[in-house]
Amino acid sequence: MSSIGTGYDLSASQFSPDGRVFQVEYAQKAVENSGTAISLRCKDGVVLAIEKIVSSKLYERGANKRIFNVDTHVGMACAGLLADARAIVNVGRIEAANYREEYGRPIPCKTLGERVSNYLHAYTLYSAVRPFGCSVMIGAHDEDGPQLYLLDPSGLCYGYSGCAIGKAKQNAKTEIEKLKLNDLTCRELVKEAAKIIYLVHDEVKDRLFEMELSWVCEESGGRHQLVPDALYKEAERYAKAALEEDSSDEDEEM
Amino acid sequence: MDVGRMFGEVAPPLWSGGPAPGGFYSFPGTNNKQHETKTHTMYPSTSGTSVVGLVYDGGVMLGADTLGSYGSLARFRNVERTFKVTDKAVLTCSGDIADYQFIREVIEQKVRDDEISGFTPVLNAGALHCWLTRVLYNRRSRFDPLWLECVVAGFKDDKPFLGYVDKIGTAFEAQEVASGFGMHMAIPMIREAREKKGNLTRDDARKLLVDCLKVLYYRDCRAHFKYQVADVTAEGVKIENDLNLKPDTSWSIANFVRGYE
Amino acid sequence: MSLAVMGGADYMRDPRKHHFHPYADNGGTSVAIAGDDFVMIASDTRLTRGFNILSRDQGKVLGLTPKTMMASSGCWADVLTLKKVLNARLTMYSHEHHDVMSTTAVAQLLSTMLYWRRFFPYYVSNILAGIDEEGKGVVYHYDPVGHMEKLAFSATGASVAQIQPLLDNQIGALNMKDATPPTITKELARQLIHDAFVSAAERDINTGDGILIHTITKDGRTDEKVKLRRD
Repeated sequence: MSSIGTGYDLSASQFSPDGRVFQVEYAQKAVENSGTAISLRCKDGVVLAIEKIVSSKLYERGANKRIFNVDTHVGMACAGLLADARAIVNVGRIEAANYREEYGRPIPCKTLGERVSNYLHAYTLYSAVRPFGCSVMIGAHDEDGPQLYLLDPSGLCYGYSGCAIGKAKQNAKTEIEKLKLNDLTCRELVKEAAKIIYLVHDEVKDRLFEMELSWVCEESGGRHQLVPDALYKEAERYAKAALEEDSSDEDEEM
Repeated sequence: MDVGRMFGEVAPPLWSGGPAPGGFYSFPGTNNKQHETKTHTMYPSTSGTSVVGLVYDGGVMLGADTLGSYGSLARFRNVERTFKVTDKAVLTCSGDIADYQFIREVIEQKVRDDEISGFTPVLNAGALHCWLTRVLYNRRSRFDPLWLECVVAGFKDDKPFLGYVDKIGTAFEAQEVASGFGMHMAIPMIREAREKKGNLTRDDARKLLVDCLKVLYYRDCRAHFKYQVADVTAEGVKIENDLNLKPDTSWSIANFVRGYE
Repeated sequence: MSLAVMGGADYMRDPRKHHFHPYADNGGTSVAIAGDDFVMIASDTRLTRGFNILSRDQGKVLGLTPKTMMASSGCWADVLTLKKVLNARLTMYSHEHHDVMSTTAVAQLLSTMLYWRRFFPYYVSNILAGIDEEGKGVVYHYDPVGHMEKLAFSATGASVAQIQPLLDNQIGALNMKDATPPTITKELARQLIHDAFVSAAERDINTGDGILIHTITKDGRTDEKVKLRRD
């Protein structure tokens, strides 16, 4: 790390001579250390999927969820520091509620993304604060159909049809690019998402993990929710089967 | 962007000098508390008249017309003032329509908050009734009342629940509840029916409720023929809109009324 | 409003303008009688507003601790709030001290709470009854702003004017030649309470429907419901 020892990385309010803000880049590193999160958008909805690395067997199953509801029609999946993520989710909930109060309709995903990213950006401007060590993906079904936005610690906000963050984001992105997102339904995407999560999971470094799957689509009535149990199990089976097939292919090659 | 506004008054507790959610887009001058003179509700504006509710075997039923009166002017003919809160609660209000619409939005957000935070036991009628008691009492104590008479119907601990709260916080549960004129005209009708028959079936209840609304339509000059009925059973909430009393009423005897010429 | 100020006649006033009153009178009557080792506290079950009966089944006595009960009536909204706040205070006390508050302490707490709202009072008439530290029955009577008095018997609420004189005569034996106050037994107390409510219901429209009579002794509490006229 070239920044270390230079003295330009002590505060978010100072640039380095070559025009970088190291504190923000460190925050982005925190995101890259996290379990992978992916989201996929198709014609009828958005699917969010998380590889939640379980650091101890002593955790209860389902603890420390990383997919949140922000409004009835909006979901957030995050990578990075979970406590920071919860603070961001809280901001998102406040923004969504404020928008409803002011305009009497559900918040458009783009507006929510911009408002939350403005908030994240404000934490990159002052010496007294630390940027959020967390990226979030916002999936929603609003009046313009399914929407997907990705926010990062610098305060950037882009719309995507598929994105990945966390430690295996490169692998995951390659896998997502193989999918014909516009031809698939949400139900099919859930299975594909599960497959990618299982595929990119690093069995050697992080043995235990839980997968979280949520969707917001026509089938869920425009609501963001964790996918139904039956579908979760089906997706998990599909993912595991695909993985087996993969490894047997490799065996043959050997 | 006004940077000064970012250090807003509604900052999050973690960093109280920090940027506040909402500090980025609100119009200049909003939320300016410095020189605020406040006007309080001292009388209702557009208002709705009676609500009638009764408990029957296995459920609760509520009825109210859809007229929004502006003083003696029948101003709005299609104001719905019944809404489904959750599968276990319905709220209907008489009194100021604006206050009703305000409290409705607050409750809807409350239910949404419960839902998105994964709080599973849905808000039941007993809890809603208790909450309304506190909200209305606190508003009256600030001399800024919500000018309402609320009737809450639904289920509490798997039993039918029917309760009342008014603008000063007077609250009670009963087997039959009515607000406004209904308290004078509908309550005696329901109590009489119960005394005669004991338990009421759902059909009895519906017939009785429509009878009450009909009498109110005949006698209360702020009442209307269009009405809504909400029915809550263990299966959930059913609200019927656009019901009409007119075909069942007859004004022919009006010709024989003497003494008011 | 402005019309009225300018001397406009009543009928010229804007018909929309009802004016806001933060208080209501919801009736209700309570009686308590202390014995040597017990106390009895009772209230009617009618809740009214004007000429309307809101409920025929609204008891007004609240169990605060196993040894203390409070009857309150007046402005029902205030009654509900006072009960809620008082219960919260008792819960806090029990969490802090791992013990139930004594009747004497509850009595003082209630007085303090009422006085805190001296300039926007709880419009309520209260009686507190309980067993004190020596195992004796005690009754405390309050005015709405916190004046407190320890008594042997007391009535309050809508029908206080009907009931209090009866108790003064029958229990206090006041101003009667050669009369001695009777020993208060449970039977006598119950009979007096019953008679008192029956006569009050006869004359006061704000009292009726039923009586809930609670008896507290060192061994616990018993409750009894008696019917009253419903008209």
